[in-house]
Amino acid sequence: MHSARAAALVAALVLTACGGSATAGQGAASAKEKLTVFAAASLQPPFDNIAKKLGQMTITFNYAGTQTLTSQLSQGAQADVFAAADTAHMKTVENAGLVDGSPSLFAHNRLEIAVEKGNPKDIRSLSDLARPGIVVVLADPSVPAGKYAQQALARAGVTVHARSLETEVTGVLSKVALGEADAGIVYISDVATSGGKVDGVSIPDAQNVIADYPIAKLKGTRDSSAADALIAYVLSPQGQQILVAAGFETA
Amino acid sequence: MPGPLVVLAAAGLLLFLLPLAGLIARAPWAEVGPALRAPETATALGLSLYCSLAATATALVLGIPLALVLARTRGTLRAVLRALTTLPMVLPPVVGGVALLLAFGRRGLVGAPLYAAFGLQVPFTTAAAVIAETFVAMPFLVIAVEGGLRSFDHRYEEAARALGARPWKVFLRVTLPLLRPAIVSGAVLCWARALGEFGATITFAGNLPGTTQTMPLAVYVALETQPDAAIVLSLVLLAVSLAILVGLRDRWLGAP
Repeated sequence: MHSARAAALVAALVLTACGGSATAGQGAASAKEKLTVFAAASLQPPFDNIAKKLGQMTITFNYAGTQTLTSQLSQGAQADVFAAADTAHMKTVENAGLVDGSPSLFAHNRLEIAVEKGNPKDIRSLSDLARPGIVVVLADPSVPAGKYAQQALARAGVTVHARSLETEVTGVLSKVALGEADAGIVYISDVATSGGKVDGVSIPDAQNVIADYPIAKLKGTRDSSAADALIAYVLSPQGQQILVAAGFETA
Repeated sequence: MPGPLVVLAAAGLLLFLLPLAGLIARAPWAEVGPALRAPETATALGLSLYCSLAATATALVLGIPLALVLARTRGTLRAVLRALTTLPMVLPPVVGGVALLLAFGRRGLVGAPLYAAFGLQVPFTTAAAVIAETFVAMPFLVIAVEGGLRSFDHRYEEAARALGARPWKVFLRVTLPLLRPAIVSGAVLCWARALGEFGATITFAGNLPGTTQTMPLAVYVALETQPDAAIVLSLVLLAVSLAILVGLRDRWLGAP
């Protein structure tokens, strides 16, 4: 009978663990408002700051490439707020019936060339990226930053053979910061918040692309008023100031 | 067998079966044809097979001698060597990738002098994908061969030596053939692990179709934008893996 009792005990433990986690979630909600925010990778520096300013909320961020977040939401991931790096992916989430109300544009961003500190390879423009021997890393075209980079390169009439197509723009930045890539195309905000690890080479407006960042409350939200409060803060002068300090442009 | 054990075994089997069943049941069978004929599928599959086979070959060349050394040392040295060779098995693959970057990247321990002297950059090359896969998969081969060596009858080797055979000949004509089941099962495990490697590859080698985008990376990227294509790629990988595992069976894995 030992084996029967042991099996019953294991089964009981498994069931209580599953049941226990569900009840624990309800119990902890009373103290602070809790939010789950899915945000594009490039938004990490300003959004982390905004979370600090909103001390009355506990915000859990899921930072990833916008295309990854869109895929997760489409597969049924639970979140309260979604902040994307392009309007196309927000449209996809809207079409899936997941958005509550309509999205609001809260920031813009532009592209910049990230180069190693000190710019040892003397890169001055997008056409320099096509120079033989320059190791360039871009974001995959499925990532908003990658799509924008392709547009900028097309406008500049430059063909670049990237050595790697990263799945999020912060991956491009880190390859340059690590010294593996001579250059990468990232957002101005990524260079601004890199803590001096990389230098930036600006792209002329005629070639550059303006990225539009929309934010929306999701239908699956568990705390509608907190979600509204967060979005309102992001759109407020204080929120916009934090975004500008991180290298973004106001909406 | 006691009833509860059967229930637990059934639960374990379900854990393996259900995801496979889900993959097959939810596959967009209408799209399989066109997706299979797409050049990207062939590129990713070809690259995956090339890299995993190259990694297995490297693991055989380096791992068998390593296993021999492991089996013939004792005490603390053996414990240290053991820990080193099994570390890649427990290390999260992405951590392995970061470590490889810090060793072989342009600013790495070995990579920096290599770059300064020859202008050679390891990351972003197919070789880097092979290195990443070898790093994570070789421990499987080493452990399997070392296990084979422990259940070894050393009298065959001793007899060969007593009859005047040189060490190299003893190794090739006596040791290796006796180790064949352990080597083959270790190589199969090693190859399967190399084929499925993702974290270390994408971190160290990067992601570029045709050069470093192996099947797991292709599935990951496709999953976000073309989920149907990702499922088809997953099916292809599943079919190839099953074919090899079933094809090898006891014929090669049995006792000598």
